[in-house]
Amino acid sequence: MMIGPMLGEARQALGANRLRTFLTMLGVTIGVGAVIMMLAIGQGARDLVDRSIASMGGDLFVVLAGSPTANGVRLGTGNVPTLTVADAEALEELSTVGAVAPILPGAAQIVYGPNNWGTGVLGTTPRFLDVRSWTLSAGSPFDDTDVHGATRVALLGQTVVKNLFGDDDPVGKTVRIGRSPYVVLGVLSAKGQSLDGKDQDDAVLVPVTTAQRKLFGSQFQGSVRFLVVRAASKEAMPVAERDMTRLLRQRHRLADGVDNDFTIRNLTALVTTAAGTTRSMSLMLGAIASISLLVGGIGIMNIMLVSVTERTREIGIRCALGARAGDIRLQFLLEALALALVGCLLGVFLGAGGALLASAVARIAVVVTLSSVILAFLVAGGVGIFFGFYPAHKAALLKPMDALRYQ
Amino acid sequence: MPAAPVIRLTHLGKHYETRAGPVPVLKDVNLDVGPAEFVAIMGASGSGKSTLLSILGCLDASSGGTYVFEGRDVAALNRDQLADLRNRVIGFVFQGFNLLPRITLLDNVALPLVYAGVGKSERPLRARYMLERVGLGPYTASLPDQVSGGQQQRVAIARALVNRPRLILADEPTGNLDTRTSQEIMSLLRQLNADEGITVVLVTHDPDVAAHAKRLVHLVDGQVAHDGPLLRRMAGQRPS
Repeated sequence: MMIGPMLGEARQALGANRLRTFLTMLGVTIGVGAVIMMLAIGQGARDLVDRSIASMGGDLFVVLAGSPTANGVRLGTGNVPTLTVADAEALEELSTVGAVAPILPGAAQIVYGPNNWGTGVLGTTPRFLDVRSWTLSAGSPFDDTDVHGATRVALLGQTVVKNLFGDDDPVGKTVRIGRSPYVVLGVLSAKGQSLDGKDQDDAVLVPVTTAQRKLFGSQFQGSVRFLVVRAASKEAMPVAERDMTRLLRQRHRLADGVDNDFTIRNLTALVTTAAGTTRSMSLMLGAIASISLLVGGIGIMNIMLVSVTERTREIGIRCALGARAGDIRLQFLLEALALALVGCLLGVFLGAGGALLASAVARIAVVVTLSSVILAFLVAGGVGIFFGFYPAHKAALLKPMDALRYQ
Repeated sequence: MPAAPVIRLTHLGKHYETRAGPVPVLKDVNLDVGPAEFVAIMGASGSGKSTLLSILGCLDASSGGTYVFEGRDVAALNRDQLADLRNRVIGFVFQGFNLLPRITLLDNVALPLVYAGVGKSERPLRARYMLERVGLGPYTASLPDQVSGGQQQRVAIARALVNRPRLILADEPTGNLDTRTSQEIMSLLRQLNADEGITVVLVTHDPDVAAHAKRLVHLVDGQVAHDGPLLRRMAGQRPS
């Protein structure tokens, strides 16, 4: 017996009583619709969180100098100059670390012509742009030569440009930062606000050496306030943290039992919380969907049992014509499977439509993924086979003569 | 020496289990049917003739004795082997036609070919040929309830023949038909028997129908009461 003609017969059998077929499929349809819709909403929420975290730097560490206990007084982090540019370069050698930018922040007044603007100035290296995934909208970045030579060059954020230059092109112009002139090499692209409401475009970048020697006159030459580190990947973050701790302790010659003279912070805590929220939501929705599919499956089993009884005589005829028990079983199994899969198809449309409606009405992000559709079909197929097997098996076990005589 | 029998029943018995105990239906039936025979089995209602036919068709199992079909003991065959026997060697014709109502006449005739694993392109050709042979060429796309009872029975015969069986078992094939249509159906069966050498075993309670056969077996209370050739000149005469 071949599958081809059986599929045709399954279609005819299901088409013979459309209302009943439809009502039977409804259980699976609603179950699958719920699954698709919930997965779409869950995925939308997850994407939103992921995007927010990525814009903040989901794979970023901040290594802060200090926070040791000095004479019993716990100082705030960043107050003891223990991190250096050399530390940054050493950390970058680790395989679990992608890029490291040392940062020496400060504040300064910037003057161009008649305008002046007070803003934060970050002394850093060219790596900063990599670490923060920040690009330039005009001009070019300073390079390692500028860092070595401590040249007076600067990159301006959009807010600074707007306040000093208006609509003029700042690239190549000279501004005064503090008391010295600086050449504007480039303009940073707009980055918008950070999640805590800080304007990320209100910033000026200068070479870290320039900031150390000329702008802020650091107390200890070569030290920086903190390092921003991008891990090689999100997955590598726990290993990266261990590696960095070990390397920095070694470089700082800290004996066992001595506290770290630096603090490593990351945003994974936030990521974990967000993932945890979506996971518990998914679990709850999964439970709802499982119950719907269970009920839908029982509906299929029920109607297949009715169908086997109704068609007992047909089974007898088929036996008389030479159908083997396996042929009969396969035929009813295919019908149950077809019920589940067509119900699933309707459910996918229902769920996708419902998700789009929810997105339009409630203004929430939804994403219908291909994997959720495939999952729905696999589960529905499993439901069809599982709940269709008993009725099909019952049909296959009928004795030909009993089936033929059945009225 | 006569040809080896197609059917050999030896001391065949059949009883049904009821709450009141076993009810015998067939008792010690001994019967040989040779190739190309045309046998009519007659008997009153409840004489066991339909039960006998379903045992011959491997649709039901006997309770005792042996049934040897073409040299093979049927009791030793498993379910799938019996299904293959029904599919390729035996063709059934029923009183109620037993066509599947939702599929076309062509698909009805092609159904045994599906179970025989015949290819998709060959099935409609063979089914169409059989429908044409029984004179229903123009009705291939019709549904069973769109043609008359006589035509439905012709379709059933086409279906029984489509896998080129060596044995046709007919259970009251004319029971639901008028006299003229019955004659047509019986001529068709007789022609198959005479021209192609297909063995035909027929169950009927109608002497006019039985008169088409070459041999008559009379069952009374589950036992063979009479078994002998049916002379052609007796045809049409009603037993008193």
